[in-house]
Amino acid sequence: MNGLRIYALIYLVFLYAPIILLPIFAFNDGTVIAFPLQGVTTKWFSELMTVNALHDSVKNSLYVAVITAIFSTLLGICAARAQARYRFPAKKGIVGLIMLPLVLPEIIVAVSLLIVFLSLGFNIGLWTIILGHVLICTPFSIAILNSSFQNLDPSIEEAAQDLGETRFGTFLKITLPLVMPGIVSSLLIAFTISMDEFIIAFFLSGTEPTLPVYLWSQLRFPQRLPVVMALGTILVVLSILILILAEAMRRYGLRRSGMQDKGGFL
Amino acid sequence: MLRNSDSARGLTLISPPLLYAVLMLAGPLGMILMFSFVPQSDGPNTLITLQNYTEALGDPLYRQLIIRSLLISAAATAITVLLAFPIAYFISFYVPPKRKSLWLFLITIPFWTSYLIRIFLWKVILGLNGLLNTGLLKLGLINEPLEFILYNPAAVVITLAHAFAPFAILPIFVALEKIDRSLLEASQDLGESKVRTFFRVTLPLAVPGVVASVLIVFIPTVGDYVTPRLVGGSEGTMIANMIQVQFLRLDNRPMGATLSVITMICVTIISLLFVLANRRNMKART
Amino acid sequence: MTMITLDGVEKYYGDYRALRGINLTIGEGEFFSLLGPSGCGKTTLLRTIAGFEDVTTGAVTIDGKTMTNVPANKRPTNMVFQSYAIFPHLNVAENVAFGLRRRRDLNKKAKNTLVEDALDMVGLDGFGDRAAHALSGGQRQRVALARALILKPKVLLLDEPLSALDKKLREQMQSELRRLQRQVGITFILVTHDQEEALIMSDRIAVMFEGQIAQLANPQTLYRRPINRKVGEFIGVMNTLPAQVKIAVGARVSVDVAGLGPVMLTPDQCPSGAKTGETHVGIRPETMAILFDGETSDGNIANGMIHELAYYGDMTYYDVKLDGIERPVTISMKNLVGRPVLERGQRTRVRWDERSLVLFKE
Repeated sequence: MNGLRIYALIYLVFLYAPIILLPIFAFNDGTVIAFPLQGVTTKWFSELMTVNALHDSVKNSLYVAVITAIFSTLLGICAARAQARYRFPAKKGIVGLIMLPLVLPEIIVAVSLLIVFLSLGFNIGLWTIILGHVLICTPFSIAILNSSFQNLDPSIEEAAQDLGETRFGTFLKITLPLVMPGIVSSLLIAFTISMDEFIIAFFLSGTEPTLPVYLWSQLRFPQRLPVVMALGTILVVLSILILILAEAMRRYGLRRSGMQDKGGFL
Repeated sequence: MLRNSDSARGLTLISPPLLYAVLMLAGPLGMILMFSFVPQSDGPNTLITLQNYTEALGDPLYRQLIIRSLLISAAATAITVLLAFPIAYFISFYVPPKRKSLWLFLITIPFWTSYLIRIFLWKVILGLNGLLNTGLLKLGLINEPLEFILYNPAAVVITLAHAFAPFAILPIFVALEKIDRSLLEASQDLGESKVRTFFRVTLPLAVPGVVASVLIVFIPTVGDYVTPRLVGGSEGTMIANMIQVQFLRLDNRPMGATLSVITMICVTIISLLFVLANRRNMKART
Repeated sequence: MTMITLDGVEKYYGDYRALRGINLTIGEGEFFSLLGPSGCGKTTLLRTIAGFEDVTTGAVTIDGKTMTNVPANKRPTNMVFQSYAIFPHLNVAENVAFGLRRRRDLNKKAKNTLVEDALDMVGLDGFGDRAAHALSGGQRQRVALARALILKPKVLLLDEPLSALDKKLREQMQSELRRLQRQVGITFILVTHDQEEALIMSDRIAVMFEGQIAQLANPQTLYRRPINRKVGEFIGVMNTLPAQVKIAVGARVSVDVAGLGPVMLTPDQCPSGAKTGETHVGIRPETMAILFDGETSDGNIANGMIHELAYYGDMTYYDVKLDGIERPVTISMKNLVGRPVLERGQRTRVRWDERSLVLFKE
């Protein structure tokens, strides 16, 4: 028991080691990302404000992530609902295909999409990134929404119909409010994944880099690294905030439907 | 009648995501397969050819890359899952129920922060002037910076083990949570020690979770691009880097497609073999 | 006055035949029970009445109107679900008022009054603001009842409503449901696997096995004159003894019962008819009696030995091996003042009554 606890704590240190380094170098007054540290500065953060290419890439990423989140959540609602509520032929195969991107190496997804877009003569750009991101985010949305839809007692919807509601009315008044927390966390998670996704964006971005693609280009220039660290710090803080929000929504949803908490995402 | 309308409703509802997966996944994967039979620009003047495959499997460079990718991935998977199991076990069996989701949350947080930056920071930790070397120097454990910890397969393995940790922990945790605790009491009641109970009851029942976590780590890591590129050096290069080069640098789509197909086939075969090898243990659960 | 008619209702799930040729009429204001083991089709039958399952063939008529293609939300029935299906995001009053939304003729105040009345009726006055998840099992049940009854349905459908409650609460709710039914005067259809519950509450009971109605009768007939061995053994305790039908004399039937001897049975004791040959007769434990020392009787007497006994406090159940048959019969005796509890292995005399026998077909 004690041995396990110590191991768990060491493991947490292992998990958090890179993230803890991030702010250290972001505030370090030295151009080299190495020890020893040189003193405290915030100049890397203020430098962030002046880089136009960075701002453009952030805008691109936000655009891609917002649209991705909406579409993958919509597709996720369809799939999760169908999976939880209905029996239909080839269910396992269909669901398997939709969930496949979860385990497929991303590079395969990226090159296969690239080949299709190039062969069809599409101009690759933000829209092609969105198409790829929706593909890989939908399984995550489904995984999150599945638990929301499965927690829904089917007789609750039947009760609403029994009391005079139409199918559509039941969906609006009963189903939707009860799965809303799941929808919100699906939106947040898909948004976060899309914001952070690199490989697909790298292959499909054309002339409009997303934030990770821009970051990648900066990693080659040692003098840009402290700024990257500052940017990374901000990103980490933001994604932790989004995650806490998503988790809070999930728990709120559980509480509201009177369910027991059985653990985190996935 | 209802049954039919039931399946009709289900199919209607699932058709948008299905259609999307067909158009954006099945179609493109088929396209890759097709391209792998298209002759390269300097290849034979035929409509389709097997030359890409003979070249990919015959050229020691490609062959070595594929084998190395599989080996690095297998090592990373083994280490990730071995490190993850005690954590999943700890959370499932020793953390009070109310705090379980907090622990899971703590474990998933790093996973959601910028992948690129996380990998890059491992380069910082493992580098010549990195955290590990300066730390060990300060402690007087070494006199000169260790050079062998960056730009090699070991660095890739460590970094991947970090990047995929939550993927490994969660399925095992779920499997452990499902174990009826009275089974463990029954085992002890029947005379087994705690340790023997672990090996005779807990571990066999956790097999489905372990298998899931092995697959969920192994499959994506074979195709990882960023980690070998940043911390792998020339000895740690993996197949994804070559696929990228073929597509984006050399504009050699047929060879890129061929390598992708071979990678997928290898991964599929290994995964299936692994599942088959564990099938007996998986079946006992259902 | 007929409220519900089921006419040749069949229900298939793929190849599985869940309901087989159900013909049934249920009257207005009747407390009707569907009783059977799990998987017998009773819940499916209830759900075809509610409109959650289509019938494969046959027709459901409620209050004179054919219900084919009428969806659940348009039927004059309301249901109390086994899980109660209380909407978790709404409070008690909002749950109860849920179905009133379509009543455009009522203003908000009138609706509130209705809700209060409904809560009052089920003994939950003042609970309107309570959150759904803060309710106990019994309270959820009451909310489900109020929510259904507030819509003044022609028929209230109850799907195993008491199975989730503990014994004390269940008994309390049984009498309360009965009272409610009399008060509102509408048809109640109860699905249950608990034979005691069905006997206590119902005007009539349909016993179902394997998608078919095995017997449809009032509680007393069902208990005293079960149509076959299966029904008899499903409801209460039933001793069955091998028997041989000798001859039918006019309306009466001469039967030779193992352990008891020859008897003459009246037609009402042969609910499924009689033909000569090997068969069984049934007899309930409480219609036989142990004769204690000194007690005499001018009825029929059989001799036997106490094989096993179970002491329940108010009652003792004796398994008695009657001379001439291997399988013991169960006899229940009230533990009256001064009456001893016999011991295993003791010889005893058993009094029995010809009128309490029932002849089975098989």
